[in-house]
Amino acid sequence: MSLKVLAVDDSRTMRDMIRMALMPAGFDVHLAEDGVHGIEVLDGLEPDAIITDINMPRMDGFGFIDAVRDQAEHRATPILVLTTESAPELKMRAREAGATGWIVKPFDPAKLVKALQMVAG
Amino acid sequence: MSDQNDPMAEIRASFFIECEELMEALQDGLQELDDGSEEPETINVVFRAVHSIKGGAGAFGLEALVRFAHRYETVLDEVRNGSLQPDSEAMKLFFLAADHLSDLVRACRDETELDEATSDELLTRLDALLGEDGGSEEVEPEEFEVQGLSLALDLPDLDVDDTEANDSTLYTVRFKPEQELFATGNEPLMLLRNLCDLGEATVRCNFDDLPSLTDLAPETPYVEWIIELKTEAAEPEIRDIFEFVDGLCELEITGPQGEAAAPAPDAPAEEPPAPPEPAAEAADPAPAPEPPANVVPMGNKEPPAPETAKEPEAEKKPATPAAKSVVRVDLERIERLVNLVGELVINQAMLSQSLDEAGLSPHSDAMNGLEEFQRLTRDIQDSVMMIRAQPVKSLFQRMSRIVRESSAAVEKEVRLVTEGEATEVDKTVIERLADPLTHMIRNAVDHGLEATEKREELGKSRAGTVTLTAAHRSGRVIIEVADDGAGINRKRVQEIAANKGLISPDAQLSDSEIDNLLFLPGFSTAKQVSNLSGRGVGMDVVKTSIQSLGGRITINSEPGKGTTFSISLPLTLAVLDGMVVNVAEETLVLPLNVVVETLSLGPDDVQMLRPGNYVVRWRGGFVPLYDLGVMLGYRSHRKTDPGSIVLLIVLEDGSRAALVIDGIQDQRQVVIKGLDDSFYRAPGIAAATILGDGQIALILDPADVISGMGHIRGTDLMLSERKIANE
Repeated sequence: MSLKVLAVDDSRTMRDMIRMALMPAGFDVHLAEDGVHGIEVLDGLEPDAIITDINMPRMDGFGFIDAVRDQAEHRATPILVLTTESAPELKMRAREAGATGWIVKPFDPAKLVKALQMVAG
Repeated sequence: MSDQNDPMAEIRASFFIECEELMEALQDGLQELDDGSEEPETINVVFRAVHSIKGGAGAFGLEALVRFAHRYETVLDEVRNGSLQPDSEAMKLFFLAADHLSDLVRACRDETELDEATSDELLTRLDALLGEDGGSEEVEPEEFEVQGLSLALDLPDLDVDDTEANDSTLYTVRFKPEQELFATGNEPLMLLRNLCDLGEATVRCNFDDLPSLTDLAPETPYVEWIIELKTEAAEPEIRDIFEFVDGLCELEITGPQGEAAAPAPDAPAEEPPAPPEPAAEAADPAPAPEPPANVVPMGNKEPPAPETAKEPEAEKKPATPAAKSVVRVDLERIERLVNLVGELVINQAMLSQSLDEAGLSPHSDAMNGLEEFQRLTRDIQDSVMMIRAQPVKSLFQRMSRIVRESSAAVEKEVRLVTEGEATEVDKTVIERLADPLTHMIRNAVDHGLEATEKREELGKSRAGTVTLTAAHRSGRVIIEVADDGAGINRKRVQEIAANKGLISPDAQLSDSEIDNLLFLPGFSTAKQVSNLSGRGVGMDVVKTSIQSLGGRITINSEPGKGTTFSISLPLTLAVLDGMVVNVAEETLVLPLNVVVETLSLGPDDVQMLRPGNYVVRWRGGFVPLYDLGVMLGYRSHRKTDPGSIVLLIVLEDGSRAALVIDGIQDQRQVVIKGLDDSFYRAPGIAAATILGDGQIALILDPADVISGMGHIRGTDLMLSERKIANE
């Protein structure tokens, strides 16, 4: 069974890179452009893991994680935060919002794959 | 374009396209900020644009770009969180930094040399905005990591102690999750599984703390696991598994001798796990090793950051609409489609010609089918052209940079006003307009506008205004560059032209003729060569480049009020609605949109103004009359006998002219085929086309034909009319 991943990032380049990193590794990748779009795509998707950027228009990554955790069926879905910001208090805030892990851009595709396998099996 | 087979090259190409969009958003946002926007989303957009460029650049190892974007972003972040209020000087710097960022992006894309000196200079100035306590050297709390990446997906073997491959070590891992661990979506089962993947493991669960069912709080974890792990892996590798739960669990890893495994924070690669050093803090879980590469654990042991770096404001307002769904297509493919549509149009013309010759009834099925075919061809063609059309906005944005740079160079205050940015123009036209427009804008700033002090003396506003306008008008695109400066000093222009031998010293020229002297090669009015628009070469070059696009440029100047240059361009460079006419046995095509009426000359319609100049009576007035055959050199004698056919055309300035021709063949769409550079440019000839019968015909630019003849306009014509009326 391939793992189903929802990736939310407002940068097309980043979405492309996530897709290119995960698809050859056998992941079923679904993409969204910001938090609001992410919530829409999430509806009925039941992903095994979620990757999200922090800085996004309309709804940022924190808001998105909050919204995901508010849904009972996604309380335990692993969420990796993928962002260029590595300031400790941002990490803390993401963790408070309910993020599972943190990967700093630019990411190494192998590391992303490994991190996903670690949190989602 | 990029190698289609290399996914990284493709993403890289797409990154640079995205950069262009981001630069556009950045420019727009800065402009809004400069205009006093208080909307929090504005600075967010600005910040995000730079941030996204940095993010992508990092992925491709573009260090210089990352370095600049990172520090630029740091300053913008201060604006975003309200600790920096940019004044007008700071805004200027932000614009300069945006310009430079765009240069860096381009240099990275084209792999040309990067201007590091400018980067350094701008970064120093940006850092200075952060103030003394902002900490000039502390600006980069964490250097953004740059890393080129490959898409090879075989997982790197993290075990660097391969040399001791056969030496398995026995570790005891004690792991007790805290409640928080579950709230973050972490799953003990996954952690245990990952651990088991490292080697042979015996997992034991300790239920000792489990209360009786009545006392059990369902969300509190009570159990701990003790794992005996026999593995070749080094201790840091075991710890890696618990990276994300660092601080969310109790974790103890004990080495073979019953001692806590030594932390190896600095160089885990060189620390063989087997002979552990005496543990310094045996009781505590060892500090996490230096995170490998860019995976950062969520530790809560990190010291809290200073107050200043606040978390970003929540951006929940639906201020930005979701991006339209877009497909990116290689321009070459569109070019191919455009060419094919061109062929289709020619083919359709051939078909209609043969059906015509076959003498079919206009109501026959074949003719009806042809009509439908023609309509479809036109629809397809319009749709294809729409693909190539782009708003002139990106072009205009580039010009705002030119205004900033050029006004700074000549120390004038200049405001750029743009109108009609949404006007769509063929992509090729936009690209080829950049150079001529740049030159015209520089000229307007340098020569058109007065010096600031002079303007104040004259009672004008301190800052000069340059207005850039785009609009669709009668089937063409009109782009105007206007300044509110002194206007053309015609006396001086004429003097210079005479001194340079371009005109005879006693030439009697109309205002418009004098203005047009500016387009003569090598003409320069600048008393001193400024470092900006150089030696005044250019207006002739500008004119040539506009003409090569099938366009025209005209000047309108009013002393003391300013000068306006108008560029008129065809909407597309591919297909034209034309009127096919005969002149002296030649077949020519005129753009249909300039023809307003066709007339047949009556006996008294033609009047002579002066030798060589004729007018034709039209609706109670007179219109200058020209014989196309004579003008183009096909015949030497004017043919204005009664019964001759005359096309009445309208020019962009609204004036009219009448052209004598020998006959009208047809109205139809023609495919524009450029005359390549091996042909000498003949005035009045815009391009060529292939007709339905395979014959080649020249496409005329009527205004250009007439301007070569000293077109009689305005006052001149009114005087002449009066003279004729009096006779």
